[in-house]
Amino acid sequence: MALARELAKRALGLCLVLFLVTLFTALLLSMVPGDPVDTLVPLAESEQADAMKAQVRADLQLDRPLHERYLGWLGDFVTGDERGEHFGDYYRVSGRDPVSGRLAEALPISLQLMAYAQVLALAVAIPLGVLTAYRAGSAFDKATNVGAFALLAIPNFVLGLALAYYVGVWLSWLPPSGYVAFGDDPGEHVRRMVLPAVTLAAAQVAVYMRLLRSDMVATLQEDFIQMARSKGISDQRVLWRHALRPSSLTLLTVAGLNVGTLIGGAVVVEVIYSIPGMGLAISQAIFERQYVALQSFVAVLAILYVLVNFAVDVLYTVVDPRIRHARARN
Amino acid sequence: MPALATDQVVHHVEDPVEEVEASPGRRLGFLGWFSLVWLGGVALAALAAPWLPLPDPDRSVLEIVRVGPIQPGHPLGGDGNGRDVLARVVFGARASLGISVSAVGLGFVVGGTLGLAAGYFRGAVDGVLTTLFNVLLSIPALVLALALVAVFASAQQDASNGRKMVVLILALGIVTVPLIGRIARASTMSWSEREFVKAAEVLGAGHLRIMVREVLPNVLPAMVSIALLGVAVAIVAEGSLALLGVGVTEVPSWGNMIASGRSDLARAPHIVAVPSIATFLTVLALNYLGDVVRARFDVREAAL
Repeated sequence: MALARELAKRALGLCLVLFLVTLFTALLLSMVPGDPVDTLVPLAESEQADAMKAQVRADLQLDRPLHERYLGWLGDFVTGDERGEHFGDYYRVSGRDPVSGRLAEALPISLQLMAYAQVLALAVAIPLGVLTAYRAGSAFDKATNVGAFALLAIPNFVLGLALAYYVGVWLSWLPPSGYVAFGDDPGEHVRRMVLPAVTLAAAQVAVYMRLLRSDMVATLQEDFIQMARSKGISDQRVLWRHALRPSSLTLLTVAGLNVGTLIGGAVVVEVIYSIPGMGLAISQAIFERQYVALQSFVAVLAILYVLVNFAVDVLYTVVDPRIRHARARN
Repeated sequence: MPALATDQVVHHVEDPVEEVEASPGRRLGFLGWFSLVWLGGVALAALAAPWLPLPDPDRSVLEIVRVGPIQPGHPLGGDGNGRDVLARVVFGARASLGISVSAVGLGFVVGGTLGLAAGYFRGAVDGVLTTLFNVLLSIPALVLALALVAVFASAQQDASNGRKMVVLILALGIVTVPLIGRIARASTMSWSEREFVKAAEVLGAGHLRIMVREVLPNVLPAMVSIALLGVAVAIVAEGSLALLGVGVTEVPSWGNMIASGRSDLARAPHIVAVPSIATFLTVLALNYLGDVVRARFDVREAAL
């Protein structure tokens, strides 16, 4: 009962955040200094340019008051405009070009990249975190700690440029840029995703490892671990079966909330490795001053991120009995 | 407040690494001193750049185009346009550090004030401010900064350098507000329940006085440790934005040095390597000092 009420409260908060986030992104274009239409259609005076500007004015409803403009945008975003397009248009010399096509291509690619990076980061960080906690204070632990600090301090674009150049060009072990869909050629797909995924995962490894290590160190001092050990259960089993699970909650929460960092990182990594995901789409939209497209991309990413956060929060409440009961008591 | 009362019962954890590297009262250690000296040196060089005996960072000399380090008069060589790399990395520190420190300073003041108010007054004030933080946090930080800079600074073709810098500072500052605000709020909540705060209340001290004189000094270490990490994040963000083509362009910054050196990576890797190493060491130093502050003042991340 209490859990249901807690979830309802959270869902209400989610709606409020979603409303404010979409309001912000919907009105982003209105904040452009000067007439946004001139910015969007940087064409010389001509009949074509005038027609395009009139179209933009109609699409964006710039003459309407703020709340009507937001509702209009939201309506188009959710149910589609008169042509069934949800995400607005690129305004090109050749005419309007729906954003939805680009979005449908770019979003799955970015999600793929982020998933690979996340899995890779956790796969490296969990064993390292467990081992350093088990051997806390050893030379291995200290060396790993220093390594984690160093890894955290390497900006992802520096690592990206270095890997693309030295591994990709100089050693020619892996292709330094470009994207191939998994369906087209699985082997080539993997070869091209290795460097971007490693670049994106590197700093996360350090974050996750340090988190898990400090939680594990605390867990290993708990009575139930002593109990398990005194029963003669092997260290391996105590570590992986008894200590890891209660120590991994913070790690999982942070891994979930980290999606925001991953999205930001993916933007940079995609540009460095020319991967046609959301990052490349956003930076192209900025470069071409396609602010309607930019607005849609930002809105989609923000909504995605808000939903992931919500899911993590709910899972956290459901998974950890301590939190569930603490909340139920209050 | 049963939830808070349990939060304060902190299980003492013996952690060998923390004991050795950053236990209260211990010496700073090699990495700590190195961090302080490096940051001090960079800050000093950035401030004093115009008076240092360096060549003009914008002047092109044909003889040093893409010439590697250790040249007479040009210890770090020249870049793709024949400009002195040492001069540019020193002047670049002005832009990179100036932007990040100002941005985090802005976030520190605004976020700190809002977080303090939210944690102290609780109730409706807390509700509104926490929602504000959540909204700001719900757009991925780099994407938010990118959108703000794109819309406000590159919308007009003639966006001047000063304008770009102000927009960058504001954008990165807005991104920092919720980060510092949240930690200030959490820390304020745990401190404002303490006896000495109650005592001040009983003695008739006003809200403002209690917040500034009693609570703030205790909340500051948490804010400072996050702010140090924040400066590191902002330096990297400035670099990322430069690489994405929306950073400052008219004055050198570490980010735009790396961005413009990309095409010369094969012939002259030092053009990218020098600002990259400067960024790396600065971020490393800030992260390490942030960690030291956190360990020394026992800032609990669990309070988040």
